[in-house]
Parts: sequence; structure tokens; C-alpha cells
Amino acid sequence: MHISPVLWQFLVKWLNASALFPREASTIAPYMDALYFFLLAMTVVGMALVGALILGFSIRYRKARNPVATQVEGSTLLEATWTIIPLALFLVCFVWGALLYFRIYNPPTNAMNIYIVGKQWMWKAEHPGGQHEINALHVPIGRPVQLTMISQDVFHSYSIPDFRVKREVIPGRYTTVWFQATDVGTYHLFCTQYCGTAHSAMIGEITAMTPDDYDKWTRDSTSGMSLAQNGERLFASMGCNACHSGNAAARGPSLAGVYGSKLQLNDGSQVQVTDAYLRDAILNPSQHITAGYAPIMPTYQGQISEDGLIDLVEYIKNMQTNYRVQQTLTTAQSNQAAPVTPEMVKP
Amino acid sequence: MSESNTILKLPDQRTATMPKRHYINNEDGLLSWLLTGDHKRIAMLYLMSITVFFFIGGAFAGLIRLELLTPQPDLVSSDTYNKLFTMHGIIMVFLFLVPSVPATIGNFLIPIMVGAKDLAFPKINLLSWYLYVIAGITILTALVLGGVDTGWTFTTPLSTHYLNTHVLTTAVGVFIAGFSSIFTGLNFIVTIHRMRAPGMTWFRMPLFCWAHYAASILMVLGTPVLAITLVLVALERVFGIGVFDPTKGGDPILFQHLFWFYSHPAVYIMILPGMGVISEVISTFSRKRVFGYTAVAFSSVAIALFGFFVWAHHMFIMGVSNYSALVFSLLTMLVAVPSAIKIFNWTFTLQKGSITFETPMLYAFGFMGLFTIGGLTGVFLGALGMDIQLTETYFIVAHFHFVMVGGMLMAFLAGVHFWWPKMTGRMYPESLSKLAAVTTFIGFNLTFLPQFIVGYLGMPRRYHSYPAEYQVLNVLSTAGATVLGVGYMLPVLYLAWSLKYGAIAGNNPWQATGLEWQIQSPPLTPNFIETPIVDYEAYDYEWLARKTEQEVTTVG
Repeated sequence: MHISPVLWQFLVKWLNASALFPREASTIAPYMDALYFFLLAMTVVGMALVGALILGFSIRYRKARNPVATQVEGSTLLEATWTIIPLALFLVCFVWGALLYFRIYNPPTNAMNIYIVGKQWMWKAEHPGGQHEINALHVPIGRPVQLTMISQDVFHSYSIPDFRVKREVIPGRYTTVWFQATDVGTYHLFCTQYCGTAHSAMIGEITAMTPDDYDKWTRDSTSGMSLAQNGERLFASMGCNACHSGNAAARGPSLAGVYGSKLQLNDGSQVQVTDAYLRDAILNPSQHITAGYAPIMPTYQGQISEDGLIDLVEYIKNMQTNYRVQQTLTTAQSNQAAPVTPEMVKP
Repeated sequence: MSESNTILKLPDQRTATMPKRHYINNEDGLLSWLLTGDHKRIAMLYLMSITVFFFIGGAFAGLIRLELLTPQPDLVSSDTYNKLFTMHGIIMVFLFLVPSVPATIGNFLIPIMVGAKDLAFPKINLLSWYLYVIAGITILTALVLGGVDTGWTFTTPLSTHYLNTHVLTTAVGVFIAGFSSIFTGLNFIVTIHRMRAPGMTWFRMPLFCWAHYAASILMVLGTPVLAITLVLVALERVFGIGVFDPTKGGDPILFQHLFWFYSHPAVYIMILPGMGVISEVISTFSRKRVFGYTAVAFSSVAIALFGFFVWAHHMFIMGVSNYSALVFSLLTMLVAVPSAIKIFNWTFTLQKGSITFETPMLYAFGFMGLFTIGGLTGVFLGALGMDIQLTETYFIVAHFHFVMVGGMLMAFLAGVHFWWPKMTGRMYPESLSKLAAVTTFIGFNLTFLPQFIVGYLGMPRRYHSYPAEYQVLNVLSTAGATVLGVGYMLPVLYLAWSLKYGAIAGNNPWQATGLEWQIQSPPLTPNFIETPIVDYEAYDYEWLARKTEQEVTTVG
């Protein structure tokens, strides 16, 4: 048979360019793949067993060879066997899967944080240093990166198959996922939750870089204002500092150092102040009244975009003293260096 | 085919005649069908209507696979593509899979199998068919008016705030279809409880009845939740009541909980009746009672019970608490066990049997193979960490098609072939139908096995375009879909042919033991001339042999 060399070349290239197994590009990937191969082996063995039994019985007990069937009621012993063995195997899968799940969804405390805002149909990444990216994300290798994500409209899902991570991006609440890239390269980013017309165009590229390259990228692509600086400006322009001034007579609680602390609310409950709590407290203040304060804060629902909320959260997270707040009360100028905390605040 | 390789026993075709009077020719005229209370006629009405919807849904699947032949979005626009997979899902789930076996084969056989004249509420049964047709027409109307692109899952807030397609019309259609299935389930439960013939104890019932009983419980208890969920979606969409809207204090995750509280049990509504068919077929063609009758019967009930407590495994990546994820993962592992029990019990039914390989048996073997893969890949998804990589990708698509198409559709076809002689009085052409069974099996594997691989690679479901490196696997899948399409077209053609030209089947061509095989084919309108008295267990082939012997002696 003769095949045209052009067609042949095309076929060879086409087959070579096709993928059968995703790259392992994060610290999670080998763990995920280990479980995958275990499950795969279980399926193949189970399938082979059932297939062999069916085939074997079909040959041995076909009518031509075994014209009269022997009636059997059943066998408690056999049935117990195929109840207990699958159950045991499935429980192994359960424990293994659960360990993996906790590993993927519990970020290490030293992870650097990047905010992701999903909207129809694009991904916006906001780095604390003020770098903004659309449908792209630059991350260093060898460093845990946590993504704090929120959707501005419908459900989306942030998936990086080569890192084996994925998490739903939901309107109205922060979700997080973390990973540590191991190999320099570019990887697919997909939105995996159906989100309307251009769902399949809500894709992007993850670029994993060496720490040096990453630092260089960070320096070169900053917008000039960090998220916290944006947040400070917003804080002043919305008049937050009128109440949250940190003065003894202030009508709102002081926000300096509030992030990560345990807060006593006036309904008696105690909460840990996290990103999600800060966001909620801005949008629905009446449900989050700090003990000792009057419920006078108006809701900001619909008045601040998700990006703005991220800026505010980032500002409050990094606010260690009320010095700047009081400064902005009079000057309202904020294009100077923001009060950045050198070490990570442990939640 | 030599005599020793088949159990098929047809009457002498030179002298055989169809019975003079049976349910098909009992009354004439269109109205006698449209106003009938006869469960057998309603079953046939259902069979025709679900076949129509199956091929509409199948056509959408064909278009989807054709679009995915190339990575570029080049055949249809994105909006059209989204409408295609939405309509494919809605039609296949609500208008084909849910009613497939219960409303057709179940409707036809449950009363006969328990020895009753009809279902408990014949008029409600007819109403259920009318509701089904109204639902179908409503959904088709939405389609003709311009379609809907929510996905079959109606995910909020996309469906409530962001789409201006015909969401409401479709939701009304699905709402009505839900009541059609509630009525079917209600009828089965009452019939099985109250109308069993004398001597037909619970543990003498065929396993087909047990499976339908379990599925009926799910229909009656689960479907109302779907109805109320759709009402909430409609209220949210029209009046903005804010149950699912976070800016009004609602919770978008709540929708997921409510929707999957129905839609997970719904997969058992779809698969359990199919499992009932497989029990009958495997037993008949191995001439042997089902291995461990009680275990198979109770595993159906166990699936139905556990099925209600695993819904949140659809939401592992949606930010449910880690601990509830743990509980739901554990329960998911437990619900897999009864299915494993069934598979092994069926397999060991073959042991020491006297096996023949007619078409229904081939489909049943296909079911067992594909359902095993479908079930075990379900364990992948139930394992929490693994689910993160696999959910919302083509792995999920492959998994549920293995269970729903590889499992349920195979079982449906097994059942249709198995009871075709009983329903119509005529045989289908054997070698052609064997060819169809094998074609379906090969086509199915070629379509859906590559999707597991492309799923682990990360290709998201519902994608109109995809990266070029996934093309080879998608081309394989599309090629398989073509073969599969041929496999599904064949039965329609030869079954229609057999209505007029098929060999006359006689009462009991398979020499099966069920009550339905002891009456004429096609049956009389009241099923039995006199109420049968059941004095033997299900699948008692020795009883059947004695009975046949007696008849021969009496006549001879």
C-alpha cells in the first residue's frame, strides 16, 4: 500500500503532538498519579476478573457442553467474599482519596497569596504587588502559591490539569486552592464549570518561572500601585476611616492587626478574621457586629466591585497600625508607600 | 444454528397462527389507543414516544461529536453548541432514560409478573403518558423557539440571571415530566403491594419487580424535590426572590444541594430497572435461578436507600466543608458495594448453568462489562482527592455514559429484545440483532474509552473548542459514535420489519419461568383468563420442565 509522504508526515506529526498523559508539574501531581494508577489497576483487575469469569463460565457451561443446568440457591460464603473484598478496597480508596483531598485543599501557612476574579468569560489575576493579568498567571516554581478566588457573576472553576488542582469559583464567597509548581513551563488553564456562551474560551496560560525570572517579571509588570495601596485609597474615598480611625472615641472598631485575630461579636459568637470574613463584614455589616459597637455601618453591597473588595481586604490584612489611617484622615493622599508588613500574618 | 446451541422453541411456523384475540386487536381505532386504560397499550405508546425522543437526543449527540472532530469551533457557533449539549442532556435524561425501562417494559410487565389484570390505577397510568407527551412537546417547543443553554443541570445563577434563552419553558417541561414519573412510580408501588396474585409472596416475585419497586420509591420520594427546585429557579428568574442569589443573602450552593438531592437518586431511577432486566435475562439464558436471590433483591433496596445520602459527592470542589466531604465520600464508597454484589451474583448465575447466547444475553453481557467499568470509574470520582482532577472533565462524561448508555441502554435493548416476542407475538431476526448488539458494544467502547484518557488530561466537559493535542482522542471518539449510531439504527429497522414478517413466537419462545411467559403472546387485554395461583419460586426451571412435560402428555 502506498501512502503519500505528505500525508504520512502529517499523520506522524499529528500523533506525536497528541497527549496521552498530563505532565507532572506540581508537588501534588505525583501523589495524584499514584492514586490514579492504584484505581486504574483496581479497575483493570476487577474488569479482568469479571470478564474472565463470564468468558470461562460461557465456555465451560455453554449448552452444548452442559445441557442440563444444576440449580444452586446461592452461597453465603461466596457472597460474603464479594461483599467484603470490594468494601475493603473501596475503603482503601476512600482513605487515600481523603488524605489527598486534605493535602490539596489545606494550604501551607507560608504560601504566597494571589487573588483571582472570574467573570464571563475571563480570568483576572491580581498579585499583591499590583500586577494584573488577564487569562494568564505567572508563578514562581518551588514556592507554595495560594489562590484566593471569587466570581463576579456565575459559577466558574479554575483548573490547571498539569498541576492536578481545580476549584470552583463561586459568586459571593472566597474559595482557595494552592499548589507548588515544580517545572518551568507553560500550562493550560481551563474554566471547567459551564458558564455560558464563551465557556470554552475562558482559558488561559499558567507560566511557571524560576524565582529569579519571577522577581524580574514582578518588577517589570507592576502597575505602580500595590493592591494594598489601591485599598488604602478606596478606604479613604469611601470614608471608612471616619469610623475605623482607631481613636478611642471612634464609632467603629480599630482594624489594625485585626486580620488573623479572634473577634468577639455582639451576638456572642467568636470568629476568626479571614479574607472571607473581612469581605462579608464590608458587604453585610449588620450580621458581623464586633462586640461593644452599635450596628450603624451601612451595607456596601453593590457599591464595591470584587476587585475593590480584594483591594480593601488586602489593605486591612496588611494594616498593622492606625498611623496611616489617621494620616489619610487629613491628607487623603495615598500614592506613597503603603504600610506593608514584612512577615506573613498567620491566620 | 444447531438445535443444541439455542433454547429458542418456536411453534411450527407452517401451522402457527397469532392468537385470534389479544390486546393489540381487542379494539380498533386511534381513540381506542389514546383513551386506553390497558397498561400494555400504554407501554407501547410509551415505547414509541421514547424512541422518538431517543433519536432526537441522539441526533444532538451526533452533532456534538461532529463538532468535536476538530479542535476549532468551526461547525456551529458557541451558543448553538451549548444548546446542543443542553438539549441532548435534557432529552436523554428526562425524556428517555428516566422513563425508558420502567414506563415501557415495566409498565407492560409488572402487572403480569405479579399476576394482576392491570396496574392499580389505569387512568393515572394513562395520565402519566399524557403528562410525558405534554412535557416532551413543551421541551420541543423551547427547542423550536430557539433552544436553551443552561446545561441539563440548570445551574444557578447562570440559569436565573444570565441567560435569555427559553429556561422557563424548558423548566416547565421538566417539571411536568417529573410528575409523569411520580405517577408511574406510585402505580408500581401500589400494584406490587396490593395486587399480587395468591401465592405470589414478596420473595417469589421476579427480581425485575424488586428493582422496579426500589426505583419507584426513588421516583416518588426524589422527584418532588426536583419539582420544587425548578419552581424556585422559576421564581428567582421571574421575581428575583433571591434564594440562590448571594447579593440578596441567598446561597448559590443551595441550588446544587437541592438539584443533586434529586439528580443523584435519579441515576438509580435510571439504572435499577435496567438491573431488573439483566436479572431476568441472565437467569433465562443460563437456565438457572439467580445466584443469591435475596442478596440481589436487597441490594436493589440498599441502593435505593443509600442513593439518597450521597448527593454532595457532586460538589466536592465547590467549597463544602472538608468534613461533610469526608462523610459523603464514605457513603459513596458504601453505595458502590451493592452494585458489586449484583455483578458477582449475575456472574455466578452463569456457573453450572446451561448457557445459550441469544441477542438479549449478548446485550446483558455488554451491560455487565460496561457497567463494571462505569461502576469502578465511579469509585475514582468518589475518592475525594481524585475527584479534584477528574470532576468537570471528560472523565465524568465517560463515566456516566458508561453507566447510563453502556449500562441502562444496553439493559433496555436486552429487555426490548427479550420481551419483544411477548409484546408483539413475533420474533426479531436473530443474526441481524446479534450483529447490532456487537456493533453497539464495539462502537460504545470506541466512543467512550478515549474520553477517560482525555478527561485525565484535563479536557473540560461542555467545551466547544479544545487544545489541539487532544484531537486524536476526540477523533477516535467521534469515529466510535458513528459506529454506535449504526448500532442503534439497526434495531429500529429490523424490529419494525418483524412486526409484519417476524416468525410467530408462541407463548414461551425462551422457555422462561415468569408468569408473563405462561400466557399467550401477545397477551389478552385482561392478561389472565383466570387469576393465577403461584405455587413455585421465581426462576424455578424444574417446575417449568414438569409443567411442559405434563402439557405434552395431556395433549399427546
